[in-house]
Amino acid sequence: MYGMLFSIKSFVNRISPVDLKDGFSSFKTSKYKCNLYETPSGLKFIMNTDLNVGNIREILHRLYYTVYVEYVVKNPLCKLGQPIKSDLFKTKLDEFVRELPIFPLRAS
Amino acid sequence: MSRQAVRAGDPKKVSGELFTLTYGALVAQLLKDYESDEEASKQLDKMGYNIGIRLIEDFLARSNVGRCHDFRETADVIAKVGFKMFLGIIPVVTNWSPAGDEFSLLVENNPLTDFVELPEGHSNLDYSAILCGVLRGALEMVQMEVSAWFVQDQLKGDNITEIRIKFIRRLEDAVPVGED
Repeated sequence: MYGMLFSIKSFVNRISPVDLKDGFSSFKTSKYKCNLYETPSGLKFIMNTDLNVGNIREILHRLYYTVYVEYVVKNPLCKLGQPIKSDLFKTKLDEFVRELPIFPLRAS
Repeated sequence: MSRQAVRAGDPKKVSGELFTLTYGALVAQLLKDYESDEEASKQLDKMGYNIGIRLIEDFLARSNVGRCHDFRETADVIAKVGFKMFLGIIPVVTNWSPAGDEFSLLVENNPLTDFVELPEGHSNLDYSAILCGVLRGALEMVQMEVSAWFVQDQLKGDNITEIRIKFIRRLEDAVPVGED
């Protein structure tokens, strides 16, 4: 997935006629929408959502600073660059996503 | 009564004095463990580096600044936003090299060195070396390789503390093997 996103990102950067504000942020297929938020430090947050969801850049940014920074960056046991094993992070992430307005209420 | 109310305001904030004392105890222990000023300074720098690579995420998340367009903007952001956010001080950016790839940060009130004096026999110690490491680590995570060092140090008798930062090169995003 990294390779695909990297290629799409560099493609978008190259064909854009104007100076990029955010760069590549999402793509849609017939079944889902893949949203990307990239921090200046190169960290990429990818969320697959339903097709009718709007721009969730703000949501992903909030995810970054309320969940990732608090429970991964500030946790000395979590090594950067490796898969995140922290259960606390998983719990907080789950809570965060469930509270999103775009999370359907009917799904269990 | 009212003083207690002010103190209990933000449980997450640690008192500045506790911070200074903790840092001092850390340096003292490092000196004892490594016995040489240079080695202790090097370890402080290394620790700073490890702090920096994580601190940058906290910084980017809280300050929400975008990418800097040039090194001058980087310098301004470091001084006015970064230092302010974490140490509560704003160093002065100055002494730009003609090529624009080196600058100095002048720090007058370094919170790490409140009430600190370098003991006899340890005049080679870069007490605040951790700051150089933090700058190096943080900037490396935003694709800039820099080197940072102390030019002047108030603890060593100079009037002001001056940290010099030199831009070495831009780091490219690592592309996985097999991609172009």
